[in-house]
Amino acid sequence: MKEIPSFLRYPLLLVALLCLSWGLPASGLMNLYIQQVLMYVGINIILTLSLNLVNGYMGEFSVGHAGFMAVGAYVASLLTVAVFPREWGFLLFPVVLVGGGLAAALAGLIVAFPSFRTRGDYLAIVTLAFNMIVKSVLENIDAIGGPRGYMGMAKLTNLVWVVFWVLVTLLVLRNFIYSNFGRGVVSIREDELAANLVSVDTPRLKIYAFCLSAFFAGIAGGLYAHLLQFINPRSFSILKSTDMLVMVYLGGIGSLTGSILGATLFTILMELLRPLELWRWVVGPLLLVLLMIFRPTGIMGLKESRWVKPASERL
Amino acid sequence: MALLHISDLSHRFGGLQALADFFLTLEGGSLVGLIGPNGAGKTTVFNLITGVYRPTTGRIMFAGQEITGWPSHRIMAAGLGRTFQNIRLFKDLNALDNIRLGAFSHYGYSFFQALCRTASFRRQEQQFTSRALEMLDRFGLRKYAQTPARNLPYGEQRRLEIARALMSRPRLLLLDEPAAGMNQAETVALVKLLRELWQEFQLTILLIEHHMGVVLDLCQRVQVLDFGATIFDGSPQEAQQHPQVLEAYLGKDGEE
Repeated sequence: MKEIPSFLRYPLLLVALLCLSWGLPASGLMNLYIQQVLMYVGINIILTLSLNLVNGYMGEFSVGHAGFMAVGAYVASLLTVAVFPREWGFLLFPVVLVGGGLAAALAGLIVAFPSFRTRGDYLAIVTLAFNMIVKSVLENIDAIGGPRGYMGMAKLTNLVWVVFWVLVTLLVLRNFIYSNFGRGVVSIREDELAANLVSVDTPRLKIYAFCLSAFFAGIAGGLYAHLLQFINPRSFSILKSTDMLVMVYLGGIGSLTGSILGATLFTILMELLRPLELWRWVVGPLLLVLLMIFRPTGIMGLKESRWVKPASERL
Repeated sequence: MALLHISDLSHRFGGLQALADFFLTLEGGSLVGLIGPNGAGKTTVFNLITGVYRPTTGRIMFAGQEITGWPSHRIMAAGLGRTFQNIRLFKDLNALDNIRLGAFSHYGYSFFQALCRTASFRRQEQQFTSRALEMLDRFGLRKYAQTPARNLPYGEQRRLEIARALMSRPRLLLLDEPAAGMNQAETVALVKLLRELWQEFQLTILLIEHHMGVVLDLCQRVQVLDFGATIFDGSPQEAQQHPQVLEAYLGKDGEE
């Protein structure tokens, strides 16, 4: 048999993945529970990839990622329920998600500007405050349900969409990271002063990194809202942000492969631990503490598997 | 017209006058040394020129533009390169990435072009990568292209830092003690390299150096600082004889 030409390998692989994510559920080979878990895995991969850009590549410590997810979830839900007619919902789903993502990216600016002057622990506090502010604001706007939450979204999220957005996130973040901008972002982590002194425009890069990261968190929020068909402010608390941190540091900072690995392992682990009920919530923070002590760089720390790098970087 | 013209520059850290009434004029193509005992304010001058500190008073003109108060990245993009006393490479990045970052401000593609890897993006990436590899070749560092900077031997790290500064094709290169921590043979090689680079890249160089041999070999002119004040400006040979310079380095006769 003739070998598949190299420039077609990746597109073919992506199409195959999308077909599988449609075919397996449609043919009844995959039950609803497995589908549900896989969709959670996918949403968590998007969240982990996006958080890794700020925490892993840029070396800041953002602990409020759930805040961006919340903005995306609420804006996307409002768009499907209150703005667009219901019967168009299916067609407009990508638009709705991008809308949520853009709103989250705008919120990313709120964190990007303080980051020009603050870093490390102090910036972590800014992000923490951001998360809390978003949650309190949502709890206090009665028009969107306040603390009772918001519902009425159709179940638009399915496995195909989740797989599609995972691939988009992976591709876009990879393209960013393996560019002049991405290298600049990493140079901020390595030595911000030296970065400035080789002409790296650090404020601009911080805006790019925070907004891009927030955008995909917003997309994940929209997918999440249209999967559960119900959101409430409590689902976007610090606890949620902590889960994301665990996934990033488990998989490995500064690694796309690591993010995928971390999100997958953690989501499946939490699913297996369901019988533990309340005690399950001890696992995440405990895992974070242990990781920080014994393996602060995670499974893949700063390493990348060959297959995610662009061909031009595989020397 | 002078490439760099600094007038009446001073800087205070709280109660400490780190630099006072500093004047410096660099003609294009000159190679000038800035010397003086520890704590004389030499690195402060570099930090003021490159925008790390904001001067308390004074003006810095570079290539006909006033750059006082600009953010560092803008100053560097205007045509300056700098190395550090204690090497500041991006240690987890390989030599190739370190070098490519040197040309950061020269990349012309936009954020969205990068996200989509457009044809123009790929062309520029290719162009800068091959330029970076040439630069690594020039410095004999090609074999370290994929090696994290932290794993390079000390002398190679020093050279990589100079190569990174040159990637932006600067007109003015500021070298902060390039021979620090080098032995005699390495120092001789460095002097030779610097003289070659000075001609090859048509540079203007301002050099801080403790090693008098390096200064005597390289510099056409030296300016001597002591406690933030300029005490001598002239040829390096004369500086060695100048009573105030000797006093600054060795102490006054009969003081102890």
